Amino acid sequence: MKEGKTFLGVPVARPRVAFFELSSCEGCQLQLLNNESTLLDFLSLMEIVRFREGMKEASDDYEIAFVEGSVTRKDEEERLKVIRKQAKVVVALGSCACFGGVNQLKNRFHDLAWVTKEVYGSFPIDTQEVKPISAIIEVDLEIYGCPVKKEEVERIVTLLVLGEEIQHPQYPVCMECKARENICLFDLGEPCLGPVTRGGCDAWCPSNRMGCWGCRGPVPEANLDQLRIIMAERGISREQMLDRLECFGGFAGYLASQDGIFGKKDTKEE
Amino acid sequence: MKLSCDIDIRHLTRVEGHGNIRIVIENGQVREAAWEVVETPRFFEAILVGKKYENAPYLCGRICGICSIAHTLTAIRAVENGFGMTPSLQTRRLRLLLKHMETLQSHILHIFFLAAPDYLGAGSILPLTVSHPKVVQQALRLKLLANDLCDEVGGRRLHPTRTVVGGFTMLPDRDRLRLFRRRLESALIDLDAGVDLFAGFSIPDFQRETEFVSLQGEGDYPFVGGNLVSSDGVLKAEEDYAGMSNEYMADYSTSKLSRLSRKSLAVGALARINNNFSGLLPEVRAIADGLGLVPVIQNPFMNVVAQLVECVQVVRESMQLIDELLAVPWQECRQPVEPREGVGVGAVEAPRGILYHCFHFDVAGRIVKADCVIPTSQNHANIRYDIEALAQFCAAQGKSDKEIELLAEMLVRAYDPCISCSVH
Repeated sequence: MKEGKTFLGVPVARPRVAFFELSSCEGCQLQLLNNESTLLDFLSLMEIVRFREGMKEASDDYEIAFVEGSVTRKDEEERLKVIRKQAKVVVALGSCACFGGVNQLKNRFHDLAWVTKEVYGSFPIDTQEVKPISAIIEVDLEIYGCPVKKEEVERIVTLLVLGEEIQHPQYPVCMECKARENICLFDLGEPCLGPVTRGGCDAWCPSNRMGCWGCRGPVPEANLDQLRIIMAERGISREQMLDRLECFGGFAGYLASQDGIFGKKDTKEE
Repeated sequence: MKLSCDIDIRHLTRVEGHGNIRIVIENGQVREAAWEVVETPRFFEAILVGKKYENAPYLCGRICGICSIAHTLTAIRAVENGFGMTPSLQTRRLRLLLKHMETLQSHILHIFFLAAPDYLGAGSILPLTVSHPKVVQQALRLKLLANDLCDEVGGRRLHPTRTVVGGFTMLPDRDRLRLFRRRLESALIDLDAGVDLFAGFSIPDFQRETEFVSLQGEGDYPFVGGNLVSSDGVLKAEEDYAGMSNEYMADYSTSKLSRLSRKSLAVGALARINNNFSGLLPEVRAIADGLGLVPVIQNPFMNVVAQLVECVQVVRESMQLIDELLAVPWQECRQPVEPREGVGVGAVEAPRGILYHCFHFDVAGRIVKADCVIPTSQNHANIRYDIEALAQFCAAQGKSDKEIELLAEMLVRAYDPCISCSVH
């Protein structure tokens, strides 16, 4: 651990940090590099000992592990267990790691043989049902989003390095959208999961007039039944709402409880 | 004279995704030279089945964390072609501007963060912040500009939010576009410095004759749609993309692979420059000349230099696009969409090469079949044969293990592979 870094005059220990990626687009890690103006400051908070996408050197001696991506093959489960053994803190980075992400959309077919045949024909290919990393190992901290928001990652990582408690927002995206005085997308006829999705992104998509797709998962006490009534009143189809609820896996629990209404079935049958 | 070596790189660093290099030389004979792709598949082509058309750009963008904009725009083009829609001139200009800034962002990331450390004797960009602070600052400034302008036009630099079938959900701010025009102008100065830097590097002198595939220009340097061309003389229409990519599987790769007139082909910046050199702006052609980049270039290491030249091209074109956009008042940002049954294909030059999406739609605009052909998957077989040729070249020259290892790594990096994207 290198000395010398201080925060508000108090010396800060620079933890040894490693980055890992399972099945993903690696976009969440790149979001960290996408931080040009604050990148060097951010990097000085920690000692990065493994970041395959950015550096050649690699060490297995680390304290904090950031894991991006979901689990789709046995060897990824094994890698995770090794990471868990080494790291004091395991952070799930992004919606794929937290909920399975867009990758888990393949689970909706309940037929892996069909899925592999659709893409690879008769060529044998190894895959399994998509899982979030918490299905395999204990996770200490989750950072939501597809992609993660760099400002939020920096805030959370700073708190983590300082040993402070980290609290996720307990209010929905809708609240942040109102605070930004955006036009309500329901008034424009757009579907939006803002009322039921955990805030913290500062209404990233709705502020660009794209309705929320729920990438951060449900806010505590999300009232999905009420949202369904609102969407129906606005003439937004059940299929459009389902597209969003099932997109990242954050609402999988709700959908599973709704069998027969949204049903865990292929949308083709709708 | 070094006669034997055994190189086994598991998960090559400073590339996107997971790939392995294996080279075994015994008594001067190459026993094994392989490029293996071990990335886990995510099955996007299956995921899309049953989904309405509006999901396609949103989901396809998530194939890739570096070129999400190219995937989004390719999916949109495939949907619009399938529905017989023609985007407005304003939409086409904004999309091209967005595309250019992704190209700049992606190329700068590769040139300076992933490739340059090898030429400057470093393991990553981190030591360069101390040894070459100016270079790092220039690279960060260029990348920041590209990303900021992506935010302005596409709503977000990664997985864009404003790009939809029919156009955009929102338009950029005209005053801010004016300021971006100025920043683009000063970016040319930073790029000049980059050109000087690369002019001083000694690029490995290695050649292997290759078939290059790209969009075909018509007096321009094309990025979106049009005919497909190969340097071996194959010419096809956009919708006949499958005859250009000819995907197949092999046991060394979880990514599909491609071939055309030979056993492998190459796509990317070098392919574009080789096929469309005359479409570059005169100022850009002069820079290419100065860097020794005059077609046909058969040295894959030169792809990095080709990317640098393209950076200048896209910055200059972007300045012109902003001028054109600001010369007329804003029109409607989004056209109505009328789904119809049929097939739609989109071909777009992503930063790493030509990218194809193809969707079959039912009458309600639901996807019944999807196909995405990724630039890096088209390059994998070529990388493999390049490594074979490089191993023979090194064995003949009697290079040391360390030299061979570094050269092999640099060779793969030169293609700027996006491996998770290629497996998708």
